[in-house]
Amino acid sequence: MTKSQLAEKLAETNGVLTRKEAETIVNIVFDSIQDALQNGDKVEIRGFGSFTVRERGPREARNPKSGERVSIPSKKTPFFKTGKELRERVNDL
Amino acid sequence: MTKADIVEKIYEKIGFSKKESAELVDKVFDIIKETLEDGEKIKIAGFGNFVVKEKSDRRGRNPQTGEEITITARKILTFKPSQVLKTTLNI
Repeated sequence: MTKSQLAEKLAETNGVLTRKEAETIVNIVFDSIQDALQNGDKVEIRGFGSFTVRERGPREARNPKSGERVSIPSKKTPFFKTGKELRERVNDL
Repeated sequence: MTKADIVEKIYEKIGFSKKESAELVDKVFDIIKETLEDGEKIKIAGFGNFVVKEKSDRRGRNPQTGEEITITARKILTFKPSQVLKTTLNI
């Protein structure tokens, strides 16, 4: 299911919502999660899961083409931990 | 940040009542959960993909007792962040 299909389904299940409003709502949901992560905040959605930012330390790597050593600086990466309810539902428990 | 903060933003930006905004945010997550429960993936462009993966049986060890155990086959949810999301965190 894509983001636009999600918006479509949201508009269908709620009779008064226009397609455009549904799209705006879905966008706000994911934009606000992204904004929070950008600010280094943790996002916790009960029953769904939590998003955090994890820091990956700097490392030495090699350019596979030239064999040259390159140092890769530390990087931030988003991490999602599935909540208990969703974890159990996905696993048909 | 929690769901309440997302509700607040919808209330501010679109002007639905707080009650309506809260119901809509819940509905968004309900649809996502139902879809994943059916094994279908969720693809949010610019954010990332939520995919259910099947894991088969594997041998494991209880880290406390050292006892060998079998970790049973299961379905797990994985999140693969989009390149866009990864990049925005490193600007």
